[in-house]
Amino acid sequence: MFRGAVWLLAGRGSLGRGLSTRSGGWTPDWTEKVSEIKKKIQSALPGGAWHPLYDTSHLPPEHSDVVIVGGGVLGLSVAYWLKRLEKPRGAIKVLVVDRDHTYSQASTGLSVGGIRQQFSLPENIQLSLFSVDFLRNINEYLAVVNDPPLDVQFNPSGYLFLASEKGAAIMENNVKVQRQEGAKVCLMSPEQLRNKFPWINTDGVALASYGLEGEGWFDPWCLLQGLRRKVQSLGVLFSQGEVTRFITSSSHMQTTSGKGVTMKRIHEVHVKMDHSLEYQPVECAIVINAAGAWSGQVAELAGIGKGPPDTLEGTKLPVEPRKRYVYLWHCPEGPGLETPFVADTSGAYFRREGLGHNYLGGCSPTEEEEPDPGNLEVDHDFFQDKVWPPLAHRVPAFQCLKHLVRLQVRSAWAGYYDYNTFDQNGVVGPHPLVSNMYFATGFSGHGLQQAPAVGRAVAEMVLEGQFRTIDLSSFLFSRFYLGEKVEERNII
Amino acid sequence: MAAPRACLRLVAPIWNLSASGSRCLSSAVTPEGNQRKGGMLLQFLADRFYDVEALRDYLFQKQLSKVHKKNRSFVGIKKRYGPYIAGASFVLKQGGAVKFQGQEWIRATGHGYSRLKLLNFQAVPIEAVDASDCAINYEGLDNILALKELQSLFLQRCPHVDDWCLSRLHQLASSLQELSLAGCPRISERGLACLHHLQNLRRLDISDLPAVSNPGLTQILVEEMLPKCEVVGAEWAQGLKSGPEEQSQDTASPLPT
Repeated sequence: MFRGAVWLLAGRGSLGRGLSTRSGGWTPDWTEKVSEIKKKIQSALPGGAWHPLYDTSHLPPEHSDVVIVGGGVLGLSVAYWLKRLEKPRGAIKVLVVDRDHTYSQASTGLSVGGIRQQFSLPENIQLSLFSVDFLRNINEYLAVVNDPPLDVQFNPSGYLFLASEKGAAIMENNVKVQRQEGAKVCLMSPEQLRNKFPWINTDGVALASYGLEGEGWFDPWCLLQGLRRKVQSLGVLFSQGEVTRFITSSSHMQTTSGKGVTMKRIHEVHVKMDHSLEYQPVECAIVINAAGAWSGQVAELAGIGKGPPDTLEGTKLPVEPRKRYVYLWHCPEGPGLETPFVADTSGAYFRREGLGHNYLGGCSPTEEEEPDPGNLEVDHDFFQDKVWPPLAHRVPAFQCLKHLVRLQVRSAWAGYYDYNTFDQNGVVGPHPLVSNMYFATGFSGHGLQQAPAVGRAVAEMVLEGQFRTIDLSSFLFSRFYLGEKVEERNII
Repeated sequence: MAAPRACLRLVAPIWNLSASGSRCLSSAVTPEGNQRKGGMLLQFLADRFYDVEALRDYLFQKQLSKVHKKNRSFVGIKKRYGPYIAGASFVLKQGGAVKFQGQEWIRATGHGYSRLKLLNFQAVPIEAVDASDCAINYEGLDNILALKELQSLFLQRCPHVDDWCLSRLHQLASSLQELSLAGCPRISERGLACLHHLQNLRRLDISDLPAVSNPGLTQILVEEMLPKCEVVGAEWAQGLKSGPEEQSQDTASPLPT
């Protein structure tokens, strides 16, 4: 076969030489000849194409200590705190994998950006308090040499929650807990409410709680870019790709009571490149699931939930994407500069946006009306039917939109909640069986405002094995199996 | 890095200047040409050597801790002598001035100031604080917010007073009548929005705020928010261009037929 190729080569060459003039030397299409010869040899040789030295710079590295699945604000926060709390410096190699570097569907960028301490669980309040501190000192935490300082555009206008007769007692209790944890919240009667905010219609409102400090809204994109920039300067690697497979190994063990249990460990993460079948197996020690709305799918890849129901093996991660709409409308006689983030008794909310009498708002739909999370298309009828009526009742100035509803709605978009169908609070910490997968997801709409604190908690769990600053043991995965719901006591 | 001490002396004033773009109002005196060359040299080295990068980080952290140290709460003094003396010592230490009820303005460098004299005023409330050009920040404001009878607060040209600080001022709502924020580089309209708590405010100065995106419109909105207050600041016509004049010129010129 080789001899045949060489003969072909010799024959070709002599033919070529014969054709060209003696004085002219080689014909000018030397490169074409070389590629033809290469092709001939390749087709003659067995096997496929062998490219020993091709470019792999677009692929993630082959080894990494920690792989963070999901590059949104939670994933980047975990990466930041891992790099900040590691001892010694540079000890841990971290890789952040996200399938979309434009963040077009990520919940972080599409968020309304509110931050509040008005929760009923002490853990949530503490998480939020630390996150507000983080935002205030963001230029000390996320300073990068020679880069301009960050401006998260924080509006310290506070949250105003309104409660009807039924919810007044719960609200009072909540405010007591919030004050104990150190949040600055005050209760207001309907009369005080009318004095302070004359544009409110207090019909049906029995009590209101107003955050005085540390509550408001900010620019989530700035936080994301700030974290990204800082985390890159600390040496964290980024890769754009989709996690398609986990290579795990199991070991059968017995509990003290003699029951058999299968413990799993993830050894490799397969990261598949965009628009290609090419993938890179990344060998890793720890995997952090911060995939937001798609965390459930990532958990299933690791075998979480594959087992008989009502067992620990069979308990799935109950996080699924839920679509939420946000609408931006204009009302020239609307409330002024002092407007807080108002959350009405009906569940509809709105806040001021900018200086031009524009308002952002929305409403969480009931379980029966949940829109299809397959895409991010906006339903404009939802605004007319469910969002505008309660808001127009609460703020009579908004009734100016009555005849011109569609025209005055300037813009609308939809985003996903990483909705925890079990109790609508986050999942943090390792999985009891897949011992090296840690969760940082499921915050159902308040992930952004708790991200810095949750990142620190997960980093502490990974590096030290326990929570040191804020105790989030009630947010562990095992509560799904034990059936212990950790719910926010929301006011109606 | 050889000769670290010499390097620090070279680097420190240059660092102050290269950071002044973002930190503002640091008092470096080196001439323009030298400082730019020095800044570029530092950046060149920082991109190539981890040591230089760590050095820059260290200098930056030192600057931050300097501001923090200046803004510690005077808890000890507060416990012993009361909030008024603590607040007064804090403001005077920062370089500001304090006015007790029924007394003249006291300044640290001025005539007739001595710490022992201050102790006479243990029970006298402070009615005005002038913290202009002081490095007061969010934490340092603790000392001032303890002064429950404060009527006038001047925070002109304070480099570290930002929107977060303004959100704390609601604690002085019952007494504060005059507030001046002129020239503060970090205050924006978002912080001004939380001044609505100060219902007793009668005079507010918001002139010359570079971070406010639309000074004229902000002035109108703040006036609407605080109806009983006299708001001094940007002229509302500041943001408007000279459109109508151009139009009248056009009508005067003959139209081409």
